[in-house]
Amino acid sequence: MTDAPFIEIEDLYFSRGDHDIFRGINMTISRGQVTAIMGPSGTGKTTLLKLIGGQLTPDRGRVLIDGQDVHRLSRKALFTLRKRMGMLFQSGALFSDLDVFENVAFPLRVHTDLPDPMIRDLVLLKLQAVGLRGARHLSPAELSGGMARRVALARAVALDPELILYDEPFVGQDPISMGVLVQLIKRLNQALSLTSVIVSHDIKETLSIADYLYLIADGQVVASGTPRTLDTNQDPRVSQFIHGEPDGPVPFHYPAETLYRDILGQASAGKVR
Amino acid sequence: MQSNIKHAISHVARLGQKGCDALESLGRAGVFLAQSAVGVPSREGWSLWLRQVHFVGVLSLAIVLVSGLFIGMVLALQGYTILVDFGAEQALGQMVALSLLRELAPVVAALLFAGRAGSALTAEIGLMKATEQLTSMEMIGVDPLRRVVAPRLWAGFVALPILTVGFSVVGIWGGYLVGVEWLGVFEGSYWSNMQASVSFVDDIGNGIIKSLVFAVVVTWIAVFQGYDLVPTSEGISRATTRTVVYSSLAVLGLDFVLTAVMFGGL
Repeated sequence: MTDAPFIEIEDLYFSRGDHDIFRGINMTISRGQVTAIMGPSGTGKTTLLKLIGGQLTPDRGRVLIDGQDVHRLSRKALFTLRKRMGMLFQSGALFSDLDVFENVAFPLRVHTDLPDPMIRDLVLLKLQAVGLRGARHLSPAELSGGMARRVALARAVALDPELILYDEPFVGQDPISMGVLVQLIKRLNQALSLTSVIVSHDIKETLSIADYLYLIADGQVVASGTPRTLDTNQDPRVSQFIHGEPDGPVPFHYPAETLYRDILGQASAGKVR
Repeated sequence: MQSNIKHAISHVARLGQKGCDALESLGRAGVFLAQSAVGVPSREGWSLWLRQVHFVGVLSLAIVLVSGLFIGMVLALQGYTILVDFGAEQALGQMVALSLLRELAPVVAALLFAGRAGSALTAEIGLMKATEQLTSMEMIGVDPLRRVVAPRLWAGFVALPILTVGFSVVGIWGGYLVGVEWLGVFEGSYWSNMQASVSFVDDIGNGIIKSLVFAVVVTWIAVFQGYDLVPTSEGISRATTRTVVYSSLAVLGLDFVLTAVMFGGL
């Protein structure tokens, strides 16, 4: 294993319509570590994962994965590169026409020539790791949101990828499966020497497993460091987020007129909305 | 005055923008068709294709055959009342067969196919997109164009011409039921006039070419609308409507062009 970073994001710009989402993001994500990308809702964390996975193309800048520029690869080369990645979607994104077992078996069936009994064993082991071996015959429609995400995790690691991208893995998990999931992500990372990227705003869980953190807001990286250095960071934007304070430089309210004007000023002018 | 001119210019600009958007969308659809329909299927591709043939073809069989039966019966009934005035009811078989083979079977089967299978294809692929199944397939390293889109395209290409043939056969039988069994046209002349006037290449062949063209257009529109839609519930409903509207218009418009080329002496 080399010491070169696994993912390098250089001066990344991305916008949707007139709305700038990223304005010059730089990140390096080291091999074998759990790197967390955190930030308030709507800062484009999921968009960043899609840029890393090559599903979106940036306006400027580049993303290098293991030295390869993701957005300059041919379609075929991109799909080859993606075999080395797993991604856990926020919704799970299980294939609705396949049951739990076949969902996890899917990557193995399409990318390997393994015999059926071996695929069965591998799938059951992956499902065992997420605690859903008994749910193998259920269809995705019969799973709760949290269970669907755990099946999706089993599917994401089915091919033993080198990189896993987690999109909000902790949302909607009950406290028991949350604890298991946190341990699982950490354990997977150590046992398989994976590189993990977690996008999340669950601070406690993320701080507990991340080796390195990036905090993004307003389209830029506002802070980065180990969990300990961020915890003591004095930047008001950082401490507001890390400590979950309602008042600070990041507003809770979406930009609007003052409440007073909206309620009293407009109503007298006869506007309905 | 100046504001009027500005207003007019902004209208022209919007028209131009719409034209550019339409052209861009057509270009995307073309690239989409080329990327998904071309290529050799894997061993698994065949089984995926067969499953789609079942969904778009076999399950459309009932509606297509029943419609064919009724259209053949109505044709015979209408044709008889006109032909009998000229003492030409013996030509009923010829009239029913030519109308069905040249026009009605390809067109009506394609319209029914757009409503029954096309809308289902759009909604299915659209929902897969909205629930990120297509994205997650891409991230697993499987191209959804090859795995999801290609089997559906090829299933449509193959299923509609076969459905059209079934439509014609059942329609001719429906004409026989009404013309011969009910209205009393001589059975021998019903079949022999048909046999004498229907040409295999000009009538049956051209009808099948028509239905092949319609199959490509309808399936292409349906699958592309599903793949290209805005992934929300409103987007899915709009795209499903667009599939039926666009493919119906395309079928009727192309039918005129094809008829002019095949039978109009162009």
